[in-house]
Amino acid sequence: MNWHDIGMIDDIPARGARCVVTPQGKIGVFRTADDRVYAIEDHCPHRGGPLSEGIVHGAAVTCPLHNWVFSLETGQALGADEGTVKTIPVRVVDRRIALGLDLALMAAE
Amino acid sequence: MAEKLVIIGNGMAPGRMLEHLLEASPGRYDITIFNAEPRVNYDRIMLSPVLSGEKRFEEIVIHGDGWYVANGITLYKGHRIVAIDRDAKTVSSDHGVTEPYDRLVIATGSVPFIIPVPGKDLPGVLSYRDLDDVNAMLLAAQSGQTAVVIGGGLLGLEAAAGLKEQGMEVTVLHVMPTLMERQLDPAAGYLLQRAVEARGIKVITRANTKRIVGESKVEGVELDDGTVIPATLVVMAVGIRPNVALAKEAGLAVNRGIVTDERMATSDPDILAVGECAEVSGMVYGLVAPLYQMARVAAAALGGTGDERFAHVDTPTKLKVTGIDLYSLGDFADGDDREEIVLRDASAGIYKRVVLKDGRIIGTVLFGETADGAWFADLQKKRIDISPMRDTLIFGQAYQGGASADPLAAVASLADDAEICGCNGVCKGKIVSTITARGLATLDDVRAHTKASASCGTCTGLVEKLMQLSLGDSYNPAAIQPMCGCTDLGHDEVRRLIKAKSLKTIPAVMQELEWKTSCGCSKCRPALNYYLVADWPDEYADDYQSRFVNERVHANIQKDGTYSVVPRMWGGMTSAKELRAIADVVDKFAIPAVKVTGGQRIDMLGIKKEDLPAVWADLGKAGFVSGHAYAKGLRTVKTCVGTDWCRFGTQDSTGLGIRIEKFMWGSWTPAKVKMGVSGCPRNCAEATCKDVGVICVDSGYEIHFAGAAGLDIKGTEVLGLVKTEDEALEVIVALTQMYREQARYLERIYKWAKRIGVPEIRRQALDDTARRKAYFDRFVFSQRFAQVDPWSERVSGKDKHEFQPLAALSFRQAAE
Ligand code: SRM
Ligand SMILES: Cc1cc2nc3c(=O)[nH]c(=O)nc-3n(C[C@H](O)[C@H](O)[C@H](O)COP(=O)(O)OP(=O)(O)OC[C@H]3O[C@@H](n4cnc5c(N)ncnc54)[C@H](O)[C@@H]3O)c2cc1C
Ligand code: SF4
Ligand code: FES
Repeated sequence: MNWHDIGMIDDIPARGARCVVTPQGKIGVFRTADDRVYAIEDHCPHRGGPLSEGIVHGAAVTCPLHNWVFSLETGQALGADEGTVKTIPVRVVDRRIALGLDLALMAAE
Repeated sequence: MAEKLVIIGNGMAPGRMLEHLLEASPGRYDITIFNAEPRVNYDRIMLSPVLSGEKRFEEIVIHGDGWYVANGITLYKGHRIVAIDRDAKTVSSDHGVTEPYDRLVIATGSVPFIIPVPGKDLPGVLSYRDLDDVNAMLLAAQSGQTAVVIGGGLLGLEAAAGLKEQGMEVTVLHVMPTLMERQLDPAAGYLLQRAVEARGIKVITRANTKRIVGESKVEGVELDDGTVIPATLVVMAVGIRPNVALAKEAGLAVNRGIVTDERMATSDPDILAVGECAEVSGMVYGLVAPLYQMARVAAAALGGTGDERFAHVDTPTKLKVTGIDLYSLGDFADGDDREEIVLRDASAGIYKRVVLKDGRIIGTVLFGETADGAWFADLQKKRIDISPMRDTLIFGQAYQGGASADPLAAVASLADDAEICGCNGVCKGKIVSTITARGLATLDDVRAHTKASASCGTCTGLVEKLMQLSLGDSYNPAAIQPMCGCTDLGHDEVRRLIKAKSLKTIPAVMQELEWKTSCGCSKCRPALNYYLVADWPDEYADDYQSRFVNERVHANIQKDGTYSVVPRMWGGMTSAKELRAIADVVDKFAIPAVKVTGGQRIDMLGIKKEDLPAVWADLGKAGFVSGHAYAKGLRTVKTCVGTDWCRFGTQDSTGLGIRIEKFMWGSWTPAKVKMGVSGCPRNCAEATCKDVGVICVDSGYEIHFAGAAGLDIKGTEVLGLVKTEDEALEVIVALTQMYREQARYLERIYKWAKRIGVPEIRRQALDDTARRKAYFDRFVFSQRFAQVDPWSERVSGKDKHEFQPLAALSFRQAAE
């Protein structure tokens, strides 16, 4: 796995998200109210909604298209819906964020 | 060590089989899949919406790459298995990978049948089976003008409709006298042909293809009778053959398909076959429902979890062409021992036919109106003797048993698989059993767990009746509904406490009112944000992170993640200059669609999020501000031409509409607010179905409110008559402010008015002039903070982060 620096935690609004563009698709990077940072693939398993544009609450996000809710920790859909998004390892050092991208895995497509 | 399971083919059947297997017997097998197609598992039946442009490929993926990783499955994409060595128990791929197996599943699907005529190999001749075919068709559609589809069955017609959507001239050639003759009787086939032709697709029946014409690529199709139809693209959709070559070479028993027993085992007990390639009890299948049954049976056999056996069930056929409703099930050939009941409504294009044998349904064909399909299918499946209802049978379920007097009884009498929620395809049985199994007590829970009534909501009444039936008196829809799962308080209580306790931030509300979650959810946060914006306009700092994305980026998110932009056109008036500016923006940003909305203005759809600020900058230069087409706020004020032009106009309705819109735009409201001003009671601005409407009359202005024309349709209530334009404006503003202060979030004016009562609203917003003035003043005060064009703010850099990715990793960088 390789770590890629993507910016500062302050570049993301608290209870908000930004996306990171990669050749394998977008990754949503989320910052919670208490400054935890999570990354998940930015693609809702329901109909492909951009999760990074949803409302962030606790360590969860609500998809902007049809309101499925996903845990940012596990990538699992919460509540009654079923589905999973891939989670991506995150490291925060001195407020800088790095994503751990597994190349073999990411290049599979 | 886990046994080794190898699967050849990664189509819909094995995909479903793995879901069952992983659920019932996780870890039992070490699984490897070889797929000749270089991609993950996707919903093949949804290729037609991809072709027509209604869906993108990503939306029809069933298992993404992550799924294989998460389940420890190795997927070889783009590997075709070329040999099975049954003695060594290995399979080998065309890329030289050899893999041993303990159990092998063959799921190679079908191959499209290509009619053996000269020219069949010319470039430009395609079949219709996988994504590559769709991509090739889309490419051809970009440059080519004319397509010929050979085959008037399900696939051919879906291909034709898709290509037509893509702008091609399309001709369908069908060898039989009527379309889809295997699923439809001639009458329905004829109606289908008419419906297809009505979309501008040419249909030629009894058309025998002699050869495909062309030198280096397709130029046309020649028929037996010498006719030549020019074409730059030819799609052959004349049928499929089970893909059995590999199994045959390996020496397995093969008939039409790979012969299996009822537990999907082939003649070699270590090898199973599922999907279209399998032949079970002498039958092969080409629709997913039976294949999914095979998948369940095979999973149970592999997992050793139960003795499931495949049993034949008729599967209905439906055509996935938007706007053509067609349903067919079972056997509908004529015969001496059969009777039939037919209903035709020529003007409505409806045809229904039910075929009976010994008083029981054996076949159903429905065209034009297919809602009762499930009900007929149920009668057929259960072999119910229909003699008692013979006279009314064909009219459908609604006409049986003199029902409908008692709505609860009518709902109770619905069959378990009667569809309740059309949007999400949820049937009665599923709703009732979920309510009981999970002990659900609120509508929200039922929505969350079954999806019923969770989309457009028009079936909410039915769902509530089912709850009443299942829960009896313990279900009380009138009880106070908490705002959401984060609190036990209802909206009214929360609004009252925000004022009473002077709560001025979301964290303060959550703290003081003892929220049960740390930072709320996507239901309560936008509601609280609105209440605070409305109650403390000068003090509260709007919390953008608690707004839905549309209100954060000031555009409407579309199904594919792009945005649409609607500038204000005050009162529906525009000018050459404005239209020219819009045209320039559309050209400059290659905006794919421009539409006149139902609200008298122009929508530009399909704009990339990154482009939004630049689009707004150009629109702003031409004088446009946001139309708030996305907002829980003032949307449009529709007007008619009024005294300016119309020979019946009594007042300046256009002028008043523009005045109202300019006065009130930018204000946030509990739900959207739409207005209309008509110059006389002929009401060309449709003011009497708006949230607020004005009908101008000789003696003044009749003010209406609480209309709706969306999910519900409701004519307005009359608030009262005022004499001057100034007065009209004051009353409308006061009414709106009263609504802003009192309503629950997402409650339209008509619902709020129903709760509060029209007389009370009239008293406060019209009759009590002091109160009316106070409401008016509070609205004016709040507009000082609200009436700022959000687009120009963002052009000047506000919330820049919304429109740019945080980072972009390129391949190189990612490979470091
Ligand atoms: C663009 C437009 C359709 C069109 O092409 O004409 C439209 C498009 C949408 N409507 Fe509408 N409605 C449009 C006029 C209407 C009208 C007609 C009118 O306003 O005269 C109605 C019926 C009148 C009414 O509201 O009572 C209408 C009743 C709805 C409803 C049902 C609301 C209800 O309470 O019953 C929804 C759903 C909702 O708001 O929750 C809705 C929701 C939507 C949404 C926002 C769906 C969504 O959540 O994405 C659509 C956004 C598309 C987009 O991004 O642009 N739209 N919608 C019209 C925009 C008007 C404008 O210029 O702002
Ligand atoms: C355009 C279209 C619309 C349809 N619409 C409907 C519909 O509305 N309703 C309905 O019920 N059905 C519909 N169908 C039929 C349905 O899609 C099929 O019945 C179903 O997909 C078959 O599933 P399967 O798993 O048997 O085979 P497939 O999904 O065809 O999968 C077979 C896979 O095996 C791979 N393969 C073949 N040989 C090898 C090999 N030697 N090595 C490795 N891999 C191999 C192929 O590349 C393919 O990916 C439609 C089909 C099409 C094409
Ligand atoms: S009616 Fe409105 S909400 Fe429904 S599809 Fe059309 S635009 Fe969308
Ligand atoms: S796309 Fe995410 S909920 Fe539908």
